[in-house]
Amino acid sequence: MLRAAVALARRSLRTTLRRPQFLAPLLVFPSLFLAINTGGLHRSTDLPGFPHVHGFLDFQLAAAMCQSLMLGGVGAGIATALEIEGGFFDRLVASPIPRVSIPLGRIMAGAVIAAVQVVYFLALGLIFGAHIAAGVPGVLMVLLIGIATGTGFAALGVMLALRARSASTVQGIFPLVFVVLFVSSAFFPRKLLSHPADWVAAYNPLSYVADGIRDPIISSITATTVLEGLAAALGIAAAGIGLSVVALRGRLREA
Amino acid sequence: MNQSFRVVVALSRRALNEILRVPGAAIPGILAPTIFLIGLSGAFGKAAQLPGFHASDFTTFIVPVSILQGAGFTGAATGVNLARDIEQGWFDRLLVCPAPRVTLLAGIVSSAALRSLLPASFVFIVALIMGVHWPGVDGLVIAFVLAMGLATVMAFWSTIIALRFRTQQAAPLMQVANFIAVLFTTSYAPKDLLASWLRTIASINPVTHVLDGARQGFVGAVTWHTTWQAVVSILGLQLVLGALAVRSLRRFGV
Repeated sequence: MLRAAVALARRSLRTTLRRPQFLAPLLVFPSLFLAINTGGLHRSTDLPGFPHVHGFLDFQLAAAMCQSLMLGGVGAGIATALEIEGGFFDRLVASPIPRVSIPLGRIMAGAVIAAVQVVYFLALGLIFGAHIAAGVPGVLMVLLIGIATGTGFAALGVMLALRARSASTVQGIFPLVFVVLFVSSAFFPRKLLSHPADWVAAYNPLSYVADGIRDPIISSITATTVLEGLAAALGIAAAGIGLSVVALRGRLREA
Repeated sequence: MNQSFRVVVALSRRALNEILRVPGAAIPGILAPTIFLIGLSGAFGKAAQLPGFHASDFTTFIVPVSILQGAGFTGAATGVNLARDIEQGWFDRLLVCPAPRVTLLAGIVSSAALRSLLPASFVFIVALIMGVHWPGVDGLVIAFVLAMGLATVMAFWSTIIALRFRTQQAAPLMQVANFIAVLFTTSYAPKDLLASWLRTIASINPVTHVLDGARQGFVGAVTWHTTWQAVVSILGLQLVLGALAVRSLRRFGV
């Protein structure tokens, strides 16, 4: 199963690299948002209750990563839906490979792309003057939480594609990415969010992921925050993979 | 002249009919700026407490941004529709009809201006529900006219891109220009509170004047000085991008 999944993951990555128009939005749009948020609201760090940070860019890096990882999930969903629409998925189902390896391949590719996304934003941040307060261990923690989250969002994207079977339907969840982001502590500290966003943010797993990614960037590693972030990321990954396997079974039953 | 006007009206009506025939296609253009309005207000609302932030609240400050964003999305969507027409061969049939190409462009662009009123109205109603104060008839009319103007500017831009790439896959290139044009301004905060690099860009970006014009009534009073700067900026953008779009259209298929 693993060999087939790895082969499909490599194929997915090659396809993604061949069509950079699908990869570019994952990096370009969050980068633009990062620039606008940082340039437009850099004085927000003066607000009472804002955590002590070296600069607003340090704070916003986690938001850019979360946004990019969520868009990565939409991208994985669109790619899967295009394979369903084009008939490639049916050929894979008919081939002598474990069927679970079909979504797993795409999800593994999502994990690799997530690593690229996290490294890209860390590099971008460092180039423009951000500091990683927790140093190399902090970078590794950010990478770990980022990859787990990216894996989860890719799995959720695959699940949606298996249910919807249409790329345009999967594309339609694009605005939902921003809804989930805005009602989390990704962009602003939770206690400075307006009501009811602050209330929703307390229950939004993305808040814990964002805080977990942010903590090693703006301070030394705080065990509770980072472990909560890691747990939320692994929870998203486990739920996403589980739901995508269930969606695959449902699709095979209907076929 | 009369014949050309009839062609412009017919093309505009065709574009407007799409709203009724495929209402789902219009939803993202309405939903996106509304989500941004509600989301940004919820996330960054406390930023209005910063010294020098001369607005009653962040939502009021950001409403004109969302109105312009919606207009820009609508303009860019016009280019996506044109790319679809090119892909499906319908645009080739338009080109062989005995109408000047400038007329075809006018039809495409005027439809964008009219369609932009839909997201602008929706965003404004949501803003009122969120507690934003009435900007006055003059403030509202200026904001909507400027939104229509920006929709035509983005329609010119997306037409150039559609004629160049001839595929709907170029849609991100059309949208990203709107994103940059509207947000790299005083969108999030007054100029004095921006980072120095963004303040420089906002000073050069003509859409900053358009946004300042649309913001009148919402923040501060309507003044002739701000209004004419906004109108001149939008006319300048229309002139430059319109000329480039006409040039692209004349060269198309030659």
